Amino acid sequence: MMAYLARRLLYAVPILLGVNLITFTLFFVVNSPDDMARMHLGAKRVTPEAIEQWKAERGYDKPLIYNAKAPGLEKFTETIFFQNSVRLFVFDFGRSDAGRDIGYDISQRMWPSLAIAVPVFLVGLLTNITFALLMAFFRATPLDVWGVVLCVVLMSISPLFYIIAGQYLAGKLLHLVPISGYDTGLAAWKFLVLPVIIGIVSGIGSGARWYRTLFLEEMGKDYVRTARAKGLAEAVVMFRHVLKNAMIPILTGAVVVIPLLFMGSLIMESFFGIPGLGSYTIDAINGQDFAIVRAMVFLGSVLYILGLILTDFSYTLVDPRVRLE
Amino acid sequence: MDRLTITVLAVVLGLPPAVFAILAATLSARPVILWTDALLYLLLLVTTCFVLYARHRDDLRDTWRAVLARPLGMAALVVLGFYMAVGLLDSVHFRLPVGEAKNGEVHYAGESLSLLDLAATPLREGVEKTYSAPLAITLFVKETLERPDGSQVRDYPRLRYGGAHLDDPREHHADVALRVVLGAAQGALLAFFVLVLAGAGYSRRHRLPWALATARLLRGETALPWWSALATLTVILVLAGAVVQLAAGYHVLGTDKVGNDVLYQSLKSIRTGLIIGTLTTLVMLPFALVLGVMAGYFRGWVDDVIQYLYTTLSSIPGVLLIAAAVLMLQVYMANHPELFETEAERADLRLFFLCVILGITSWTGLCRMLRGEVLKLREMDYVTAARALGRRPASILTHHLVPNVLHIVLISVVLDFSGLVLAEAVLSYVGVGVDPSMHSWGNMINSARLEMAREPMVWWSLAAAFVFMFVLVLAANLFADAVRDAFDPRHARTRTA
Repeated sequence: MMAYLARRLLYAVPILLGVNLITFTLFFVVNSPDDMARMHLGAKRVTPEAIEQWKAERGYDKPLIYNAKAPGLEKFTETIFFQNSVRLFVFDFGRSDAGRDIGYDISQRMWPSLAIAVPVFLVGLLTNITFALLMAFFRATPLDVWGVVLCVVLMSISPLFYIIAGQYLAGKLLHLVPISGYDTGLAAWKFLVLPVIIGIVSGIGSGARWYRTLFLEEMGKDYVRTARAKGLAEAVVMFRHVLKNAMIPILTGAVVVIPLLFMGSLIMESFFGIPGLGSYTIDAINGQDFAIVRAMVFLGSVLYILGLILTDFSYTLVDPRVRLE
Repeated sequence: MDRLTITVLAVVLGLPPAVFAILAATLSARPVILWTDALLYLLLLVTTCFVLYARHRDDLRDTWRAVLARPLGMAALVVLGFYMAVGLLDSVHFRLPVGEAKNGEVHYAGESLSLLDLAATPLREGVEKTYSAPLAITLFVKETLERPDGSQVRDYPRLRYGGAHLDDPREHHADVALRVVLGAAQGALLAFFVLVLAGAGYSRRHRLPWALATARLLRGETALPWWSALATLTVILVLAGAVVQLAAGYHVLGTDKVGNDVLYQSLKSIRTGLIIGTLTTLVMLPFALVLGVMAGYFRGWVDDVIQYLYTTLSSIPGVLLIAAAVLMLQVYMANHPELFETEAERADLRLFFLCVILGITSWTGLCRMLRGEVLKLREMDYVTAARALGRRPASILTHHLVPNVLHIVLISVVLDFSGLVLAEAVLSYVGVGVDPSMHSWGNMINSARLEMAREPMVWWSLAAAFVFMFVLVLAANLFADAVRDAFDPRHARTRTA
């Protein structure tokens, strides 16, 4: 088990290096730091001194990969690649282009993101499984047929529509909850209810339909026929046999996104004015703060790889046939 | 003569000259082929070739018949065809001549137009001052108006174009109702004409009397559910007829903040949505297919390299990679303005790069699936036999493996389409989508969103964008379902279970 974990972690290193190389190419090779400085400082009449100063303040005045002037090992460390990309490996995110400490910002903004993402994930999973079980239980009846049609309709609606309609209905028309904003501590609940509900509803369409397929696939197998032949009630077959076995593919899909819950939801947070990591990223994109975008890309990849490893472990938990070696 | 007769006559007589005027205008124009136009034509060519090829292959023809055998699949295809037709009309660009210089040299307008622009000239040029509600004849906001007697009053001013033909505002509702009935009747007439033609076609093919053939079509007694296609077409034609009649006198879906017609914007956005949904696939398909099949067949270091490539790419959250790439594209375009002749060219190139970037982020899933399938297929007897007979790897790949994974490619292409159309709106909202100057549903939603707080609410831009997008995505999803059921043997089993 430990050997497997070690190998997986080692395997993650070249992938993260690749991710860094991609962002490095995107941010520093496609456009030189001079281009970015000009973009940030605005007009074309910007002086070379201003550009130099902008670059020096952010450490972008060093050579890209190889520093011929520096002594010894600093030939490699005193470069943009090392200072801005390799340092991410020890989760040293440095400072944003606006001068703020990115690591501190992330640790602060993580919690509002989680406060939305975790309930959406857990309650959403439960809702989807319930609906899918219902449809599978009443398969080939009008309930099932119309359920699938409803799912297709629900998944054809733009996620933006759910948010806008939800805000309009609950916030403006019925005055149930404030339209947007955030509060500290437990007082935040009234700002969180609406985004969580919208998050769950917008996921039902694709989720329930996908799980229904998994259930139906499982119900076509021999052990289900055996269980029925033994004379078990259909409900018992569904809950004791089908649900348990269908949990394996459901878990695979679900566990991989758990670490990514930290990243929050881009549009949801920005629509509701919630100070999480999603709106942090959007603000960085709109403000063209490249340092933050770079840090978030790296963080996202780390969390994704973590999700893959977690998925493998969850296999061993739900399926005794699987052993990690 | 009464009003009805005049209107009917005007429409019947007016239609051919309008079409003729458009044709004449195009003949003297200079064609402009944008990057995305060229690729869309290429896509059309590939599709046509595939259809011709599939007609001669019994297995492919039968599977496609299974797709169309589902009434919903047939209806979805008709709706998609309608969108495609609008999108294609909007993809034929040209620059109109603007007067002749002395030495016989013709000058062309700086702005390039499409056939759709020409057909919708009244919509495009009928710009009001600011917001107006759907079918309204007055602005949405009050202004200080001067009465003929010199006194001033705060009231809703009449629109410059919407309902300008009405002398008396009290005729408004009657005029709207008349146009709806007339337009719907025209649409129904056209639909009837199509039905007659379809009946004739069916009777010739099956050597039946025309009346019997038409009755069978309508009663759904044909092998394929043509009634579904005809019914969908009728609905589209009746709706379109009413909208065309209304659009001649009103802003059917209202106007936006700067007074542009919302219906025109929604129609123009169709092309953007279609391009994002189709070109992205066209861009990523070669990579996914070649790399996926190679990784599965050759194994060893080739497999390792390709696996590393797609794991790395897929480990970056999609939105962030797109955001990073588009941000860099913006910086590059801002620093190299000399590369683009016109604003439209710049917007078009940005759209193209957006497709490329979306393609780069979305090929990994398909590549992984293809690799898995080829891993299975390469151990099959017929592949071993081909290898034993001394066929070269390249020939085994193209003759034995690629044709047998094409159904996976097809399913993932149609499944991806709707997701991409929806993604465009979200990306435009985030600020990393298409150029802000380009018509797209995302841009429409984005600019209308700020008006949510207005009292009473300006809802028509949002509603128009969402409805147009919803119909396209729903049709695409239904069609994708039909394709998947027909092509995926595993999926077909779960349906009958």
